[in-house]
Amino acid sequence: MAKDDNGGKELAAADSSHGGPDVPIGTAVVTRDAIANPGFPPHDLRITDVDPKANRRAERTVYTLFYVSIVGSVFAIAAYMAFPINPEDPGSVRLNNLFIGLGLSLALLALGIGIVHWGKALMSNHEVIDERHPVRGSDETRARAVEIFEIANEESGFGRRTLIRNSLFGALIAFPLPAVVLFRGLGPDTDPVELLSHTLWKKGTRLAMDPSGTPIKAVDVTLGSAFHVIPEGLQDLEHGKLEEKAKAAVLLMRLKPEDLNELPERKDWSYDGIVAYSKICTHVGCPVALYEQQTHHLLCPCHQSQFDVANHCEVIFGPAKRPLPQLPIAVDSEGYLIAQSDFTEPVGPSFWERS
Amino acid sequence: MTTTESSTAPSTALAETKKSGGLTAAASNYIDERTSISAAVKGLGRKVFPDHWSFMLGEVALYSFVVILLSGSFLTFFFQASMSEVHYDGSFVPLKGIEMSAAMASTLDISFDVRGGLLMRQVHHWAALLFVAAIGLHMLRVYFTGAFRKPRELNWVIGFILFILAMAEGFTGYSLPDDLLSGNGLRIIDGMVKGIPLVGTWITFLLFGGEFPGTDIVGRLYSLHILLLPAIIVALIALHLVFVVVHKHTQYPGAGRTNQNVAGAPILPLFAAKGGGFFFLVFGVIMLMGTFFTINPIWNYGPYDPSPVSAGTQPDWYIGFADGALRLIPPGLEFVGLGGTWSFNILIPLVGLGLFILLVMIYPFIEAWITGDKREHHVLDRPRNAPTRTAIGAAGVTFYAALWAAAGSDIIATHFHVTMEGVIHTMQALTILGPFAAYFIAKRVCLALQKKDREIVLHGYESGRIVRLPGGEYIEVHQPVNEYERWKLVDYSEYKPLMIRPDARGRITTGQRMRAGLSRWFFEDRISPVSTTEIEQSHGDHH
Repeated sequence: MAKDDNGGKELAAADSSHGGPDVPIGTAVVTRDAIANPGFPPHDLRITDVDPKANRRAERTVYTLFYVSIVGSVFAIAAYMAFPINPEDPGSVRLNNLFIGLGLSLALLALGIGIVHWGKALMSNHEVIDERHPVRGSDETRARAVEIFEIANEESGFGRRTLIRNSLFGALIAFPLPAVVLFRGLGPDTDPVELLSHTLWKKGTRLAMDPSGTPIKAVDVTLGSAFHVIPEGLQDLEHGKLEEKAKAAVLLMRLKPEDLNELPERKDWSYDGIVAYSKICTHVGCPVALYEQQTHHLLCPCHQSQFDVANHCEVIFGPAKRPLPQLPIAVDSEGYLIAQSDFTEPVGPSFWERS
Repeated sequence: MTTTESSTAPSTALAETKKSGGLTAAASNYIDERTSISAAVKGLGRKVFPDHWSFMLGEVALYSFVVILLSGSFLTFFFQASMSEVHYDGSFVPLKGIEMSAAMASTLDISFDVRGGLLMRQVHHWAALLFVAAIGLHMLRVYFTGAFRKPRELNWVIGFILFILAMAEGFTGYSLPDDLLSGNGLRIIDGMVKGIPLVGTWITFLLFGGEFPGTDIVGRLYSLHILLLPAIIVALIALHLVFVVVHKHTQYPGAGRTNQNVAGAPILPLFAAKGGGFFFLVFGVIMLMGTFFTINPIWNYGPYDPSPVSAGTQPDWYIGFADGALRLIPPGLEFVGLGGTWSFNILIPLVGLGLFILLVMIYPFIEAWITGDKREHHVLDRPRNAPTRTAIGAAGVTFYAALWAAAGSDIIATHFHVTMEGVIHTMQALTILGPFAAYFIAKRVCLALQKKDREIVLHGYESGRIVRLPGGEYIEVHQPVNEYERWKLVDYSEYKPLMIRPDARGRITTGQRMRAGLSRWFFEDRISPVSTTEIEQSHGDHH
């Protein structure tokens, strides 16, 4: 059994893993009559060690694999040229991906298998034994380290000159603080609470289809149907289109008026069984996009909160707590659905300053 | 590592190389005279690495990270981390003319207009998924074999931080294409952070540069994804490996192996060949996955829009446990009071998962305190020989797995035609009760396996040979194990519970009581390794 170069020189007694007599620490049971370690088993020879034919075969396999790897690389380059992407032909992307990928996979796998086979079949597999030493430094080293710190302390007066030391600590603590201030610039100089409390909806804004922006007439909303709605004019915004949409998205549904259990104060927020609710989940803000017509339930596909449209979208299942905010709607003189006002509460996920 | 001998090394190397001559020798000499690299070769070249399949898990993680770096660098040359609106004008016809961010458009260009671009994207994504998975499995290996014990506790913590960073890398990368799915992921992050009391609103405001989604987040995540996080990961991987060198690798129990030695393949040449070859194998397998399996087809999702979402959407696998925790929280946990809104439906998952991973991080210190064992451990435990630790691990895995499976609650409901509510309630029960069941079962299985080991050591293994005795009785002949095999079955430490003893002032502190209680919990049920006396007795029984 071969020993490595640096083994066995400064052999310190590391603690035994197995109850030798010198294991006083902790709660390990000291076994006096433990079975003794039998030492390393005899080395088993491989077929390539004893059979020269097998040895030559392994050698052949290894270099063949390396040649195969070269073929794979060349194939990948050739595939790059032979299978260009043709914008007219969607299938060309697939062929390009497939053949470059096949070439590279072949190159890598043949190379990998070849090297590993070389190692396992041909290189010496005699187990090498290395000695371990305790991780802690030797007593002399540690003493010298302590001594160095003492000298440094003496020469600098770090421990003695407390005013210098403490003011240094103060300065070191203070100097990163400006960075904290700098990061204020990550957000604009507006009040987030103000922004979160208002949407694009205001009195008279027409309800429009998402994404076309076509205004919706009340007569077009048939019984049982559901519309994905945005405020009219959203599509024409120059800036902040997505930010506004993330707050203003609405679901419009028509139920039988007798199916709606409306609170007295919200009686006039709907129109002939047509109700509009914020589409943004009150849990963490996913779009509550799935409407089950038969039960009048809305389902959030992200975390499965369910809202009952017939009962002002109160939560009937799932992690959300608050009902979806209702958008008060009416019909204008031309028969289009309009908002009576903005939402009366902030939409979307809860936040600290909400209430 | 013994690099301290470097002072004398160059001169000897010089003398030798002068003699042997040749181009290689001259080049080596040139480099060594300027770097004293011969000392590194001397110290590391024949360093020993033990052989076991489970030691490859960490290698898979390392190599997939290299693949991530390579493929990721390629992608940076084409990707535009900008959220400015453009009209898509690439080759993918269904999205032609659609308004989207430059990030999404450039990702589509990588997929449809850059030759090999789709391949590199898929290689990058698959490698990332494999990276996190390999780290997770590597951690499980380290945990269940007790490799985290002294002196490797700090390296466990470094590895743990790497696991967290890998998930952060995954999430930031997932968010970059600004497609519908990743935008919804960010939306969920936004909603979660808003649920943090007092500061949540401001954190999201600063993170997104204003209201969600804003036009900054992709650029900011990009800086994190390609600069800050990789730099920290590379540094920590380096440190992780330095510690592997300093500690030398652990080894499984085996004949001849002790706590004072390490047996295996030397770095040069055998380990380098196996490890280097294995890198290409890992790379090759990832390449095959990128070639044959589509991952994250953003062209099917479309650009981010806050309004639509498709049913059955899933995060990448490693985020699943967090998403599942959000789904499993019971309804109604949100209250107004004390000056603000308390979103316990978000805080409980956040704090709960925080505590869970904190427990994972500090477990080595907890166990060290309970056992009071201050020795270095370089020989691994077989999981059965540390029944309580193994059982705790099984409980943790079950907890994680239940949360993870819950992230697919909707898929489970639709695929198996069961109700959504039923799935959620079952998962809630599994999350709470599953770990207890797993703990109990794993512990009993460990003890049973230990008993089986004892049986084999004392009476041999079942040979399968049935013999009929003169009296007509049938017996199966048991063959004794040889001493090398036997050693694997008996090489473990036995611990007994800590006794409560009064301290110097005659008091028994609460801390001590707790420690003794925990120690009893850990070690009360235990099976001792077979001793020589027992073997002799068993031989006496037989003959």
